[in-house]
Parts: sequence; C-alpha cells; structure tokens
Amino acid sequence: MIIHQLSVFLENKSGRLTEVLEVLGEENIRITALSVADTTEFGILRLIVSDPEKAREILKRNNFTVNLTEVISVMAPSEAKHYAKVLRILSDLDISVEYTYAFSEGAKSIIILRCSNTENAIQALKNHEIELLKASDLYKI
Amino acid sequence: MEIWNRHFECMDRDGIRHVQSERLRETVERVYFNVPYYRNRMQEAGLGPESFHSIDDLSKLPFTTKQDLRDNYPFGLFAVPMSEIVRVHASSGTTGKPTVVGYTRSDIATWSEVMARTLTCAGANRNDFIQIAYGYGLFTGGLGLHYGGEKIGASVIPISGGNTSRQIQLMHDFGSTVLACTPSYALYLAEAIAESGIKRDDLKLRVGVFGAEPWTENMRREIEDKLRIKAIDIYGLSEVIGPGVASECLVQEGLHINEDHFYPEIIDPETLQVLPSGSRGELVFTTITKEGLPLIRYRTRDLTRLTYDKCRCGRTLVRMEKCLGRSDDMLIIRGVNLFPSQVESVLLEMSEIKPHYLLIVDRINNLDTLELKVEVDEAFFQDKISQLEELRQKLQNNLENSLGLGIKVTLVEPKVIERSEGKSKRVIDKRKY
Ligand SMILES: [Zn+2]
Repeated sequence: MIIHQLSVFLENKSGRLTEVLEVLGEENIRITALSVADTTEFGILRLIVSDPEKAREILKRNNFTVNLTEVISVMAPSEAKHYAKVLRILSDLDISVEYTYAFSEGAKSIIILRCSNTENAIQALKNHEIELLKASDLYKI
Repeated sequence: MEIWNRHFECMDRDGIRHVQSERLRETVERVYFNVPYYRNRMQEAGLGPESFHSIDDLSKLPFTTKQDLRDNYPFGLFAVPMSEIVRVHASSGTTGKPTVVGYTRSDIATWSEVMARTLTCAGANRNDFIQIAYGYGLFTGGLGLHYGGEKIGASVIPISGGNTSRQIQLMHDFGSTVLACTPSYALYLAEAIAESGIKRDDLKLRVGVFGAEPWTENMRREIEDKLRIKAIDIYGLSEVIGPGVASECLVQEGLHINEDHFYPEIIDPETLQVLPSGSRGELVFTTITKEGLPLIRYRTRDLTRLTYDKCRCGRTLVRMEKCLGRSDDMLIIRGVNLFPSQVESVLLEMSEIKPHYLLIVDRINNLDTLELKVEVDEAFFQDKISQLEELRQKLQNNLENSLGLGIKVTLVEPKVIERSEGKSKRVIDKRKY
C-alpha cells in the first residue's frame, strides 16, 4: 500500500521543471501525478511515476537532488465530504498529514497523502473501509 | 622522518643568517648591474651594492609589487640575457596582463631541489607513485611538482588537471600513493570516488600535497576524513618560484620556508614597516639565489606570521602559519573584514550542506549585500519545505554568529556551483567603486 513518490529539489528559476520532465520523457517515464510546493527561493517537485527507482537514477545522473518519499493513495468519490472524511479519520488518531494533493479520475478522486506515520495511517483507513490504491494500480493510471 | 637536505634544512640560526647575508649581497649586486629598474630605484634611494653587508640591510630596499611586474611586462625585470632563460611560465591575471616569470637552468635546479624538500617533507620517497593533478602548462603547479617528484626518484604520473573519472581509474589501477592538486579539487575527487563505487580499501593513496589556494583547518579535516589520507599544505607563488617556497611537514604545525633561497619578512601592509618576530602581517619575499627573475622584497599579499623555533620534525627552517587568505581576497563588507575561507569554515561544520559555495557581493542603495549560494547534501534532503527553511535559517544564524555579518543564504541544486580543477572561483564582487 506504500507508494514511492519522487521528491526533487528545485531552484526557483524558469525552465527547471521542464528539464526534469524532459529527462524523464527521454526514458519513457510516465507521470501519474505531479505537485509543486514552493517558497520564493526554492521548491520541491513531487511526482508519482511509472518506475520510481529508474526515474530517481535518471534524475541523479542529471545532477538533481532527489529522494523517494513514502506516501499513500486513496480512491474516493469526488464530493468534498469524502476527502474530509479521510482527513478526519487520520486527525482523530493524531496522525498528522504533512501534505496532500489530489486529482480526479472520472467520478472519483485519487488522493495522495504524506502522513507522519504511514503504517498507522494505512491501518486506520483500512479499518474504515477506505479504498487504498496499490503502487501497481496507481502507476497504471 | 626523512629530510631531503639536512645541511640547509637543519642549520642553526647563525648559520642560516650567514648564508642569507652572503646570498643577499650577491643578489643585490646582480640586480644592480643587470636590471635597470632595480638600479634606478636603488640610486634614487642613494644605495649601491656596497651598502649591503648583512641580511639586516635588506630593509633599506624598496618593495616590489605585482604591478611592478606588469609595468615591466613581459621580460623587463629579468636579470639575465634571454639566451640564458630555459623556461617561461605565466600566471593569468584576473585584471590586465599576465605575470611572466623566467628560469635559468640553475633556477630549474633550485626549483627541483625545493620541490624535492617539499615532497620529502610530506613523507614521499622513491617508492611512491605521485599523481600530479595540478594543471601543466603556463601554470607552475604541474611542472613544479613534476620536477620535484622526479628528483626524489618517485614514479611520476603527469595526468594534469581534469578528467575526473580517469583520475580515479589511474589512481586505482596504478596504485597512486601521493596526490598533488588544489584542496578544492581534492574534495571534489573525494566525492567522485565515493560515487564511483571504487572501495577506499582498493586505493593506496596515503598523502596529499595541496596548495595554490587558501584552505582552512576544517577543510583539511574534511579531506583527511573523506580520502583517509594525510593532507599537507604546500605554499608557493609563481613570481617567487612556483610551488616549493614553503611546505608543511608531517607534524603539520606550520609550513617550513626554504629560507636559504627565499628570505621572508612580515610587514604591516598599511605602514610598510617590518613587524617584530611573531606578529601577523603581510608576507614579503626576497629571492636570494634566483638568476632569471630575482625579486627584491616582493609583496605577496598573503597574511601570516612566522615562528623561528625548531620543529618537532628536526628542521630548523622558519615556519609560516597556514595562510587564511590573501589580503587581495579579503572582502570588506559594511566595514567588516571577511575572508572567503571563514565562510567555508562555517559550512564545514554543518553536515547537511556541501562545502561548495559561491559568495555574491553587491551594493544596493549604497549598502553592501552579501549572498551565499550553497548546495544541499542529498543525504539530508527530505521533501519538506519546513526542513529546508530551517536549514537555511540555521546556516544564516551560524554565519552571523561567527562572522558578525548578515548573509542571505540561498540553497541551490547540486553541481550548480562550478567545481574547479585549478583555483576555484568562490566570490563574485559586483560592486562598482
Ligand atoms: Zn617540521
């Protein structure tokens, strides 16, 4: 149930995001989800890709600072209340969500969550019969 | 510990003063009769060769600066006919013309001798493989080490600078035991070796002789830990002869100056007065054996101090403290003196970042600004903005605490900062005066 997300350190200068995508593109890496967190000076690019280990090697070779981060992914109907429910389950157990982002797939949303305790979060969501996606499910989208 | 030339390197103070006085008299005579520039300046001061009896008379003479060399570009200060010159080197000037130096056959022999002392000082001998990763060519680093290496009978690998993967391959395949390069390139190589997958135990490297740029004690520890070698500081400048002017021994408590060839003085750079023994000030050299380009009281711009005690290694040659930096490199930021090496020292105390940095000085609305670009270590990088912000803040605080200056810190991607194979560029000063 653990998904390996790529995290890439980027300076805030134009063209760097493009370069990341280009080097990954050259090796036919597919991207399922992407999000950028940034300050005025630097940013962190977060990516769910088809082959995280390979993508990490490619980026390293191209002089990017890159790491794999464990996240989890949930599939829920797109209505806001379902997203809220997921967050509520976690906060009730004092599991903090460091960040989250989502994208829709038909009538459903796919939610990515980075939690303070990944194992506990998975167990809690399972107990509430929330649909968790496996890495293999996600990379296929 | 081996000593290459016990006679001169272990001579008592009276003996060495006698040698220096004798050689100074010869030098003064040589420049008076062969270099119009020096003759004019001596005549202006009312001095002739007969005014010099001992080394103490040296302070009667005026100083020579890099500008004097430029003004007499290219060969104006040479003291022999060009037919006697067998080699020319030049250092690229950041401003204006290069500085040109010439060697007679006997100067090359002197250079080989002082480099043989340097390498012996670092514990090298005929059984060593010396990998010379200093640049060859007009820069004196490569050939200086080369001649010294051959003189002690070591096996010299003249690989020159650059091509890091080949450096590592030959270091492994040939079993290099001594590495000669700039300290910043040594650090770069250490990283590259770690990434190459070659095990440290499969390398025979034992000692490094590093120079051509100022480096701190922290940087030495970093190199020694990462490469698992003894890192020896060597000092020289092409105007005086190149590398070989001074070198640390394995005791690593200061650099022994080859004072039977290069006579050192310490002056106050403002008043130009010679300072009492033990004071810190600008290092000045008079070459007392050189034929091609003898220099009288040449101002190095390097700040250091001298110790005349006998070293634990047995040498009696005067020692200079490791140079923090050239007075040329010293930045004055909002009235505060700052050497780039001090910034480096703070960086090396933090494992989360790499000691690769660039300082950018500017003046905005009449106020000096200082920005430090520095690389984040990959092992530290997680994907939290807050963690990077904290790191940036911590570094900014550490810099402020130890330097007394506010510096804006910017985190940059790896390898954004150019790795140098020669001298590295660490400062960009955009101020217009
Ligand atoms: Zn010593």
